[in-house]
Amino acid sequence: MSQSVSKLQQAFESGNFVVTGEIGPPKGINVEPCLRGAEKYLKDTVTAVNVTDGQTAVMRIGSMAVSKMLLDRGVEPIFQMTCRDRNRIALEMDLLSAASLGIRNVLALTGDHVAMGDHPEAKPVFDLDSVTLLQAMVLLEAGTDMGRDIKGNANKLDGAPKFFKGCCVTPCADELEPQIIKLEKKVDAGAQFVQTQAVYDPAAFEQFMKRIEHLKVPVMVGIVVLKSAGMANYMNRSVPGVSVPDNIVKRISEASKEDRQKVSVEICGELIRKMKDFCRGAHLMTLGWDHCVPDIIQAAELT
Amino acid sequence: MIVAERKPFDEILEMLKPFKRVLVLGCGGCVTVCLTGGEKQAEELASQLRLASRRSNLGLEVDYESISRQCDEEFIENLQHDPNKYDAVLSIACGVGVQFMGERFPEVEFLPGLNTTFYGANTAPGLWEEYCHGCGDCVLALTGGICPIARCSKNLMNGPCGGTNNGKCEVSPDMDCSWHLIYERLKQTGKLNQMRKIQPPRDWRKDRGAGVRRMSIEQMIEQESEV
Repeated sequence: MSQSVSKLQQAFESGNFVVTGEIGPPKGINVEPCLRGAEKYLKDTVTAVNVTDGQTAVMRIGSMAVSKMLLDRGVEPIFQMTCRDRNRIALEMDLLSAASLGIRNVLALTGDHVAMGDHPEAKPVFDLDSVTLLQAMVLLEAGTDMGRDIKGNANKLDGAPKFFKGCCVTPCADELEPQIIKLEKKVDAGAQFVQTQAVYDPAAFEQFMKRIEHLKVPVMVGIVVLKSAGMANYMNRSVPGVSVPDNIVKRISEASKEDRQKVSVEICGELIRKMKDFCRGAHLMTLGWDHCVPDIIQAAELT
Repeated sequence: MIVAERKPFDEILEMLKPFKRVLVLGCGGCVTVCLTGGEKQAEELASQLRLASRRSNLGLEVDYESISRQCDEEFIENLQHDPNKYDAVLSIACGVGVQFMGERFPEVEFLPGLNTTFYGANTAPGLWEEYCHGCGDCVLALTGGICPIARCSKNLMNGPCGGTNNGKCEVSPDMDCSWHLIYERLKQTGKLNQMRKIQPPRDWRKDRGAGVRRMSIEQMIEQESEV
């Protein structure tokens, strides 16, 4: 049995239901509020915290720096890495850099297209994709890189990193089979855990989990906190593969402003309770509502 | 074919301001087929320019003509107007034609009247769509005859990203998700296993990664040197 390289990996190996959180680094260097939030609400409640990598292609402080700052405060990070902004040389360099800073959990993502973000004129890279980025990590772990020396042999690293490698999937995509085929490739390529896109339909999630039974990787169901009915409608309209059912939209829209947070915590708790038997963990995406994480965990009856 | 679209008229006019005698030169190749750079468009553009010149007192003298192809030496002799007698030639060929002609007439300024956009085909009346990226390493045998390099916004080789949305791309609801098309096609033809194989990272050297590309046919070079 391989030695766990992170608390997250250890948690899966111990068989526990694992909870992770997520923070989005700020636009600018004022990192203190987001770090303090993570320290206060996430440190003692979740196993690890994802740090997004310019999510929705909006330029922000980098995921590696914020991951390292979390580490320094005793919060285990999951370094998200997209293929949008870096070619394979930069990705490999950042993987080595992250490893040298003590970052172990890496989530490999394709990344939203630059057209979605605030620098739509930028040149999109996509030299690698989420599958080949995972392969790159495996190569680095084996002490080589993606390049070749003059004789055509793999380059040797002076010191190889170790990662706990993750990937993402959309369980409620309108067309599921291509998503599953891609997930199979990610697992083949080396993915050791899966965090899903937001799920609001437990029955569909159960079906999805049955279809990927053959994949022996722990899957964490993605839970996105709904902050308002407007946000739910936006997700239905604009986020591929996510659909918030009418009854949930109704509950949020009928809640008074003071109650809204409580209702949305209840909804998250219910969703986790309904899905926790089909999966190995829940990934909580609270979009700034870090303070709700302890209540969600309680509402999900995970304590 | 190469698809190109007309530059905005004001941009063209601005380019021509320093010049007096101008030849608008059409091309009988791809840009004639996509209705932006042929003889008819050369004639129209020339008269538009004359009109604008008269209106704003720019003093432009504009002639026009079109040759079969601007990217081939052999058609140059068919030119009825001598480019050397003009201050500038506004070529409405693709970027290849503008440069190739410019090299043959180094005394004259050759200016582009079009923006060369992509390799594509006419898919509906008045609509041209991108099919090929000229990546130098064709993958169509692996992907059901649908190119993810040209037709996936992220040129992905291992299947759709999470942005695929009811058969469309996250970039725009007008854009097909090529991986949706590839999946449908491979399923239909019983070749879905092709999608299950991990495709290695691409060798971008064939696609500009190693600089400017050229093609040579050795046999022809040898024959030529024997003559």
